[in-house]
Amino acid sequence: MSLTRQDVEKVALLARLRLAPSEVDTMTRQLSQIVDYVQLLSELNTDDVQPLAHAIEVTNVFAADQPLDSLSREEALSNAPHTDDEYYLVPPVLGS
Amino acid sequence: MKQPPEPDHLPYKIVIGLEVHVQLATRTKLFCRCNTQFGAPPNTQTCPVCIGLPGALPVMNDEAFRLSLQTALALNCQIPPSTKWDRKQYYYPDLPKGYQISQYDLPLSHDGFLEIHDSQQRFESKRVRIRRAHLEEDAGKSIHDERSGTADSRIDLNRTGTPLLEIVSEPDMSSALEARTFLDELKLVLVYQGVSDCNMQEGSLRVDANINLHIRDRETWIPTPIVEVKNMNSFRAVERALEFEADRQFDVWQETGQRLGDAPKQTRGWDDQAEVTRPQRGKEESSDYRYFPDPDLVPVNVSPQQLDQIRRQLGPIPAVLREQLQTQWGLGAYDADVLVNQGPRLVQYFTQLAEACGDAKEASNWVQQDVMRRLKEQQTEIDAFPVSAATLAELIRMKQAGQLDRSRAREVFQHMCDHLQSPQQAMTALGIQQVDTAELSALCRSLLDKNPAIVADVKAGKQQAIGSLVGQAKKQNPNVNPAQVKEICLQLIAEMS
Amino acid sequence: MSLIDLTATELQSQLALGHITAVEVTGAFWAQIERLNEQVGAFLATRRDMALEAAERIDLQRAKGAAVGPLAGIPVALKDLICTQGERTTCASRMLASFVPPYDATVVERLRSADAILIGKTNLDEFAMGGSTESSALGVTRNPWDLECVPGGSSGGAAACLAARMVPLSVGTDTGGSIRQPAAFCGVTGLKPTYGRVSRYGLIAFASSLDQIGPMARSAEDVALLLEVLAGHDARDSTSAAVPVPRYTECLRQPLSGLRIGVPRAHFADGLDPEVAAAVQEGLRVYRDQGAEIREIELPHGRYGIAAYYVIAPSEASSNLARYDGVHYGYRTDEAALLAEWREESRRLMDAGDTSALQQSDNPLVRMYRRTRAEGFGPEVKRRIMLGTYALSAGYYDAYYLKAQKVRRLIRQDYDRAFEQVDLILGPVTPGPAFRAGEKASDPLSMYLVDLFTVGANLAGIPAISVPCGFTSRGLPVGLHLQAPPLEESRLLRAAYMYQQTTDWHTRKPSLA
Ligand SMILES: [Zn+2]
Repeated sequence: MSLTRQDVEKVALLARLRLAPSEVDTMTRQLSQIVDYVQLLSELNTDDVQPLAHAIEVTNVFAADQPLDSLSREEALSNAPHTDDEYYLVPPVLGS
Repeated sequence: MKQPPEPDHLPYKIVIGLEVHVQLATRTKLFCRCNTQFGAPPNTQTCPVCIGLPGALPVMNDEAFRLSLQTALALNCQIPPSTKWDRKQYYYPDLPKGYQISQYDLPLSHDGFLEIHDSQQRFESKRVRIRRAHLEEDAGKSIHDERSGTADSRIDLNRTGTPLLEIVSEPDMSSALEARTFLDELKLVLVYQGVSDCNMQEGSLRVDANINLHIRDRETWIPTPIVEVKNMNSFRAVERALEFEADRQFDVWQETGQRLGDAPKQTRGWDDQAEVTRPQRGKEESSDYRYFPDPDLVPVNVSPQQLDQIRRQLGPIPAVLREQLQTQWGLGAYDADVLVNQGPRLVQYFTQLAEACGDAKEASNWVQQDVMRRLKEQQTEIDAFPVSAATLAELIRMKQAGQLDRSRAREVFQHMCDHLQSPQQAMTALGIQQVDTAELSALCRSLLDKNPAIVADVKAGKQQAIGSLVGQAKKQNPNVNPAQVKEICLQLIAEMS
Repeated sequence: MSLIDLTATELQSQLALGHITAVEVTGAFWAQIERLNEQVGAFLATRRDMALEAAERIDLQRAKGAAVGPLAGIPVALKDLICTQGERTTCASRMLASFVPPYDATVVERLRSADAILIGKTNLDEFAMGGSTESSALGVTRNPWDLECVPGGSSGGAAACLAARMVPLSVGTDTGGSIRQPAAFCGVTGLKPTYGRVSRYGLIAFASSLDQIGPMARSAEDVALLLEVLAGHDARDSTSAAVPVPRYTECLRQPLSGLRIGVPRAHFADGLDPEVAAAVQEGLRVYRDQGAEIREIELPHGRYGIAAYYVIAPSEASSNLARYDGVHYGYRTDEAALLAEWREESRRLMDAGDTSALQQSDNPLVRMYRRTRAEGFGPEVKRRIMLGTYALSAGYYDAYYLKAQKVRRLIRQDYDRAFEQVDLILGPVTPGPAFRAGEKASDPLSMYLVDLFTVGANLAGIPAISVPCGFTSRGLPVGLHLQAPPLEESRLLRAAYMYQQTTDWHTRKPSLA
């Protein structure tokens, strides 16, 4: 398999996911299978090929520096799971 | 202040590079049209784009891009023909999208420089190279419960998305003083360009420093591990933090002998109260930012014409201005420095004054001694100064014509400032009038009669003895011109023999 | 004939003539939704009162002789990852189950100003990741032609509601085939426009460089009608194409003379269901009979499409979905449970004297993130986030993401060369017809391979359409795939219209409807 459990655990932390031990097994197997399939790309020599980021190659899109209305605080916080009506609240960042 | 060490006497060299984040003076954010005004109530300057609501998309602020190019040109940077935007990915509650839009491998500018010098000659003038300057969006503000660490953290997203220019220097500075001077000069450049208000209290300018030592080892140098210092809230703090850090790192070297590569890069925060740096808690995992081009934004091409246009509109560059004040106006290096450091509008006042009165040295003295003192006392800016350069020039010309001496001219100046009057009005108000020549001759003659000893001294070649007569003359009539008194007395004495 | 059997174009003219009212139209489709949605599960949310109110308003306006928009009084369904102000927009995810956007997507603004009746939000694979709508966390959608089968995906609800005559028009999104594949599975017509043709502002992103909103309907004519409203430049989307939009409904009836159709040999290779192959060949014959010249073409890098797609799409998705972290909106894990877990674990490690494990253990914030995302996302979304995070992580970027973007250019160049010789490319939409629910659920790769023929258009950014072209012996619809050069949606619509003038596959109706 092209990925190890450790790889999967490391990626899960990077992605801020938590996987149960059984999920780590399944994920390791499935990701390895997909990654192996994707190796197909390495057949191609692409040394002289420019990457294509957008199908339509547009450049220099700007907006003028003119203020528009912001959301009211009530609207801004309306979807937040936890607030004090002024700020978004999250569990302690410094928690030690 | 601690004297910078003589490099030759130290067993090590200090190596410092700086990363400066400057908030650009736009009205709206980098990728949305929310206001950037500082000090608004929390979470009142946000929209779907800067909250990172699902489905919202960024559109680049043209003014932010223009200000970035302007700054890059002022810092002598190269501007590549094309630049793009990347996502820098990490999780933090004040980063609502889970990534910051920044620039990774194609910054809008690179390879510039800034010259630094010290008018007191404490270090040799040098060119600090600028590695790159790129545009990115700011994060929001997190307010933590520092003490217990158990209460919820509070998040305000007003600042999220504000345009920042990140300016990264090469590690070309070799003392805290050089770093401080670099920052002073950089700030001056930014202020002259009008691209940022550089207010550190409001977070418009933020500095991180990378510092390590190169320890002398016979003919070679051994680098020690690099430390990133954060949390410095003034240029003074930067200077002190770096002084502290250099000493600390040398102690660590002596203790552990650790070289670059032996230990991972450490981040330390400056404690301004305790005047020490302390290790900061590392991120959860070694930073893997997974940069990739932001598919929601498109590249920007910069044409030579566009660059020419910005170049033509570029504000004055402090270093160039200093040079001009010396070559075109004949000022000394120190005077040029003092004036330029006061900012573009004061320099403009000076040049107008020098032009109008025809004596740059005199103009420089007046600006530095009288105008600047008054500005400081009144805590105002030159724009609000009550005496225009043209009016002050009038006063200076009267002094040059011998109508006033320096100290009387100052009295007149004070009065002009206080009462918003012309020199003539002020002189009238102060009762200063021209003393006519006959009256002056009579006064001088009576003084010579009363002071035969002085006359004798002068005859014997001690010309400076005349000073005492000038003093007495002023006592009898404050309006007399000292130079004239001196001239007449000398002439009368000469006639006596 | 019942109102619900009329096309949008027919309804439009009947409404304009005053033969029917918007309230009647809305009422008729509403009745069908009420009758069938429980079985089909196409909608996650419906808005009867709002729809009827809007219909009344339009009838009133029309009665006053006031001008009305091009979709006045016609019900339209929206895939539930297009933001509607004040109405829940869920992406069929637990993560956004209660998310209420404070703004409308650009296409929603355009539909509203066209006086469309927005009647409901349709089901999809969670965050549009999937090809069967089975990964929806909020409901099951079935294929109206066979309730045992999936409707396709990710716009499964959008296609199913058309097939079941619950709406005449439906808005879907297509990242790798998500409009065309369910259109083929459900026997309706669906178009993926050129990248940049329709604004993505307000479309909840899956893979930003591939996502595109597009029209779905029961005829090419209706697709043209809806596309005309959706398409157009938008200053709020930096990737929006600043080019004029043709009047699709006007040019639709002009036949394409001297049409050159390219057929990629590889699209008819092993693995293609024989009944699908036969239906598509029959479709090809229709064009030949109409005078088209058929040429065999090569798309040499076509076989790398799936691999490139399954690097690019998950990479972008891993980044786009980072924002769902329980801080500013959406689902958050139970905080009391989280803190209890943290204290318990800390105490256990402290008691054991395991200081290194204690230091390594997640702080409450990181725990909040990880629990929230573990509970809020389903397995397919997690798989793609993991895949994308891996592909972008240190040391792998060049081998995966950059490589895939380069292959993407090669694929685009294949198309550019092919379109020098032919006007359209024709083939099957999918290797097989709709499959049974659960059939591919345990094998993600086999599910991904279903996108074989469709991902090319997304990678190249070109427009493509799926048109009904027959049925299998079990009565499942088959789709014909047409691809055109960038911005040539009108060519696709004209070709599809020509086809539908001489065939009636698109008018067939599942027995339950
Ligand atoms: Zn905003």
